Amino acid sequence: MSDLSVNIAGLTFKNPVTTASGTFGYGEEFREFFDPGELGGIFVKAVTGKNRDGNAYPRMAETPSGMLNSVGLQNKGIDHFCREIYPKIKDFDTRVIVNVSGSTIEEYVEVAERINELENIPSIELNISCPNVKLGGMAFGTVPAMATEVTAAVRKVYKKVLMVKLSPNVTSITELAKAVADGGADAITLINTLLGMAIDAERRRPVLSTITGGLSGPAIKPVALRMVWQVHKAVNLPIVGLGGIMNATDAIEFILAGASVIQVGTANFIDPMVSVNIVRGIEDYMKRHNVGAITELVGALRTD
Amino acid sequence: MEIKKFVQDLRVVQNIRLNKRHFILELQSPEKFPLILPGQFVQVLVSNSPSTFLRRPFSIHSVDYANNSLRLLVQIKGEGTLHLSKLHDGDSLNVIYPLGNSFSLPATRDVLLVGGGAGVAPLLFMAKLLNQDHIHPTILLGFRTKEEVSEIEEYSKYGTVLVTTDDGSAGEKGLVTDHPVLKGERPAFRKIYCCGPEPMMKAVAKIATMHQIECEVSLENTMACGFGVCLCCITPTDKGNERVCVEGPVFNVNRLNWGQEEK
Repeated sequence: MSDLSVNIAGLTFKNPVTTASGTFGYGEEFREFFDPGELGGIFVKAVTGKNRDGNAYPRMAETPSGMLNSVGLQNKGIDHFCREIYPKIKDFDTRVIVNVSGSTIEEYVEVAERINELENIPSIELNISCPNVKLGGMAFGTVPAMATEVTAAVRKVYKKVLMVKLSPNVTSITELAKAVADGGADAITLINTLLGMAIDAERRRPVLSTITGGLSGPAIKPVALRMVWQVHKAVNLPIVGLGGIMNATDAIEFILAGASVIQVGTANFIDPMVSVNIVRGIEDYMKRHNVGAITELVGALRTD
Repeated sequence: MEIKKFVQDLRVVQNIRLNKRHFILELQSPEKFPLILPGQFVQVLVSNSPSTFLRRPFSIHSVDYANNSLRLLVQIKGEGTLHLSKLHDGDSLNVIYPLGNSFSLPATRDVLLVGGGAGVAPLLFMAKLLNQDHIHPTILLGFRTKEEVSEIEEYSKYGTVLVTTDDGSAGEKGLVTDHPVLKGERPAFRKIYCCGPEPMMKAVAKIATMHQIECEVSLENTMACGFGVCLCCITPTDKGNERVCVEGPVFNVNRLNWGQEEK
């Protein structure tokens, strides 16, 4: 029997397969397809201090092996989350982790403090990497001093497992990883979307209402793998890896590069069953390669 | 736990070419269909090309419960639909269905169905449902040219069919909104169901609003998932930004802020 369980800063996951924030709603929609309890965890849609309507339509452009989005953190705010959403998801038989976003350090702190009170949410993922909001968002994730500051501010009030999600839109990902480690992060999630744009040549206009947006899907997988590998070598913190994972082989690649947990993101849009199938595919891989525990594979990439 | 939506490999049983740009795909399920309603749509996977990464949404044209088969009316627009146009009997297609809400039933017998281009797809399905309530709607269909006028005999089984073409080569010349039944001083309908290009739906909605006729439209916003999680297909409504794939695709025009834009 293969042991798929993993551990991040004392928090155990029954398997390393989780779903990326913004691609799984609050888990409710997927209950029509399968039981979220089959997954290691779910990272639910970003929550901010106040209601956000998000950006104007069009918010999506299909691109080769990927897509651009500029949703802009549409959500109903922390009050609504605690009152309406939390009761519906608190009893899922899986780790439910909340992605926390804000425009100011105060907003990040406020939301983190509120979620700290929720008994069945064992961890938050600090989103300092959203490219689709005007204030805050990615700005916190591209300047190391700001990344340290916001992480440290949240660390003061947040007592459980603190993950920080990094932006790939930087010159040195290791510098940012070190910055959030200095701020007190327990784990690092990478990568968020790559800033990109799409143009409609016929109309001579951008496809997205916001002109630029975040690129996701298999198109970004090589960049994500490289960043997971670099951070794994440079920083002694567990990594949650994502970026274009479409199947179990992709997931294994991220684990070999150094990820303890992986997130399935854009693939959920194409196949709502994909994350469950990835769990099964990882089991098959372990049997084929005679791997007793998935943790043996974390960072096990051979470069000799 | 209730499982309401399916991700299934459906078998292509017919691919019927209507004209240069349009074709009908008939797909059969190995299992018994759930209840499917007019206005609902499917998400079709077009695999093996990097440029057709996401699924393609199509409105359901008709459902045959006896055969567990459904039909899609598809317009060739790009690489994905071109690939679908080349499928043969026996080919397999991965489909998520049924998705979205549906047209509501009318509280009147004076019903008009208006469609343009491939937007006519859900109207045939709706016309059949109305017939079950012994309502025989007027069905106004807009096409580019005579060459594209298709399935009139099929629609005629369920109501009175009127046609417009852009060039006047069949039916009335002009857009659907140029047809006397809509252009007249007081259109003789109490309910309009409309699907087609957005400018057409807005023009129909304007006429409906002017004459206080209840009007539902089916939106075709671009989407990634089709089941409510990507939040890409939103449209502004009286309740804020709503998802076309879950709260829609059918909306009563009173709920959309189209009126304000025109004013």
